Amino acid sequence: MDLQILLLLGQDGITNGAIYALLALALVLVFAVTRVIFIPQGEFVAYGALTLAALQAGKVPGTIWLLVALGATIAVLDGFRLLREKRYAKLPPLLIFNVGLPLLAAAGLFALPAGDLPLWLQVTITMLVVVPLGPMIYRLAFQPLASAPVLVLLIVSVAVHVAMIGLGLLFFGAEGSRTPPFTEISFELAGAPLQGQTVLVVVASAALIIGLYFFFERTIYGKALRATAMNRTGARLMGIPPALAGKLCLTLAAAIGVFSGILIAPITTIYYDSGFLIGLKGFVGAIIGGLASYPVAALGAILVGLLESFSSFYASAFKEVIVFTLIIPVLLWRSLTSRHVEEEEE
Amino acid sequence: MSKKLALAVLAAFSATAFADINVGVSVSATGPAASLGIPEKNTIALLPASIGGEKVNYIVLDDATDPTAATKNIKKLIAENKVDVVIGSTTTPNSLAMMDVAVDNETPLISMAGSAIVVEPMDAKRKWVFKTAQNDAHMATAIVQHMTDKNVRTVAFIGFADAYGEGWFKEFAKIAEARKLKIVASERYQRNDTSVTGQILKIIAAKPDAVLVGGAGTPAVLPQKSLKEKGFKGLIYQTHGVANNDFLRVGGKDVEGAFLPVGPMVVAAQLPADNPVRKSALEYVGKYEAAHGKGSVSSFGGHAWDAGVLLGNAIPVALKKAKPGTVEFRRALRDAIEASKDLPAAHGIFNMSANDHQGFDQRARVMAVIENNTWKLVK
Repeated sequence: MDLQILLLLGQDGITNGAIYALLALALVLVFAVTRVIFIPQGEFVAYGALTLAALQAGKVPGTIWLLVALGATIAVLDGFRLLREKRYAKLPPLLIFNVGLPLLAAAGLFALPAGDLPLWLQVTITMLVVVPLGPMIYRLAFQPLASAPVLVLLIVSVAVHVAMIGLGLLFFGAEGSRTPPFTEISFELAGAPLQGQTVLVVVASAALIIGLYFFFERTIYGKALRATAMNRTGARLMGIPPALAGKLCLTLAAAIGVFSGILIAPITTIYYDSGFLIGLKGFVGAIIGGLASYPVAALGAILVGLLESFSSFYASAFKEVIVFTLIIPVLLWRSLTSRHVEEEEE
Repeated sequence: MSKKLALAVLAAFSATAFADINVGVSVSATGPAASLGIPEKNTIALLPASIGGEKVNYIVLDDATDPTAATKNIKKLIAENKVDVVIGSTTTPNSLAMMDVAVDNETPLISMAGSAIVVEPMDAKRKWVFKTAQNDAHMATAIVQHMTDKNVRTVAFIGFADAYGEGWFKEFAKIAEARKLKIVASERYQRNDTSVTGQILKIIAAKPDAVLVGGAGTPAVLPQKSLKEKGFKGLIYQTHGVANNDFLRVGGKDVEGAFLPVGPMVVAAQLPADNPVRKSALEYVGKYEAAHGKGSVSSFGGHAWDAGVLLGNAIPVALKKAKPGTVEFRRALRDAIEASKDLPAAHGIFNMSANDHQGFDQRARVMAVIENNTWKLVK
């Protein structure tokens, strides 16, 4: 093994690690605020990448129908409740957000020549189509059970994951897609070639992490989310609705997932079921952070990326085994060093 | 009155039970092998609705690439639908799982899986099993032949870390060794991997003349793309498992110049006019593209079509001996399939025998190269 191989492996590990780090942060965020172990996190990666690929192929992505269907379901459920409670003033915004906008988006997709649009516009459309699925899924799957035990939420989370995988096969087909790179630049670093796309992934991930930091430290919504994560009951007493916090954090998680998907789509082929494994590796990172610490989770995820890259060099047949076995010593160390806290009852 | 009615019902019932031939189908239309199973499923819809003057019903079930589901499917097909023959399944593990049920009920099984172990070694069980897809050994021989013609001395292998990759490596290593090719590296990767940089660096460090990628479908793009990115200049070979248009779509310019063995169907239009497979292959390509659009045809659907070709040839023979729906018919059908001789199909010419239930020879494969994002026949 010479320096060049070492550099290439390190570069590869950090690129993948940066994506895992983003997902790990999203997982920690969702768990802290809603106590949901958000298994479908990876599906947003796949949905984002494949929706962008479908747009670039000039096709109408199937995700738009999911958006319309979920929106309509929410409108019916909440509409009935509002009618029964005679809160007619709330009806128009409900209908506009859940039925009007998705239908408008669908009409727009049919009218626009999506394949010929500039890349940044395609990325924006992808975000607009896929990210709202996050809060909608929260409204339908998790909000009615918001105070259920963690185990129940986990089971629902698995169900959502399985449903999203199945829909992914229906929308995008069994074969994968890759999008053209954002940049073709490549340069040399200490004798090893470095792709511009790789740099872009690392820089964009770092920028997003910094952005999230400021969001949580400086904005009122960010502070509300932090408050909910620290103490749900206390936050509710301070006038932060748990449903709003849940929807907000799933919006963020979905946005992070879609963003990661768009970043890695040019590097690798993404399949309808690719997201799960990527999400799972982010989850290993989040576990290293004890599902609580953001910086440790991010570092853990980078470690997973590096470990993956080096084990693929030394023992490619056992790569996954090595990566996922990492969980055992980590859990052992975690359970030996931290006091077990009983789950709080609300 | 009620007696009359009962008689009428009985007559109607027996008419359908005796007149129709029921063909059970279990394909992997979802799950990891979905990209193979979906064209197979589409092809079943194109098979003839009547053979030898009798109506044929196709009952198609999905086994989700899961051997347990495949077993359940064949049990259901035999118990509820009283099928005379079963086509299935897409993958080797599923076909092996279905074999026991088929044998217990003396029902012929036509598999579309790649591995030779479905029909070899011939024994009492495999007597009931036939296979339409070329054995991996057929294809591996073609690759090794091409490599030696190109003066390749050292070769590296990177394949799926599953039965497909292992199976290919075994077949390939066996034949390569006999032809004095040296295998200098053997790496594995997962179908869903986002990066194979580590494996590729190791392969490049071993300095092989050629690399064989043992993967199927679009996941086989990644190693070739990484090889090119890292400056590999040697020859790159793919297996016939990549021969669908999605591979070209995803691979784009990264897969240019790859050599691969394919069934003649994939390059049917480029075959010389005197090629015995050309006509039967073009017939299938024409039918599939008429139904699903130009360029939609893939190598895998051809295996389902060939199962139909076997039945189209064997059912009229079996009908002379027994009525559909009886065990005698199923036995006659098995014997008739085994007796298929010089039968042109989409992927080759079937010559079945008591010991060879695959039946293809070297006419069932050609070497192709990817040029300008299409398959080009290597002459």
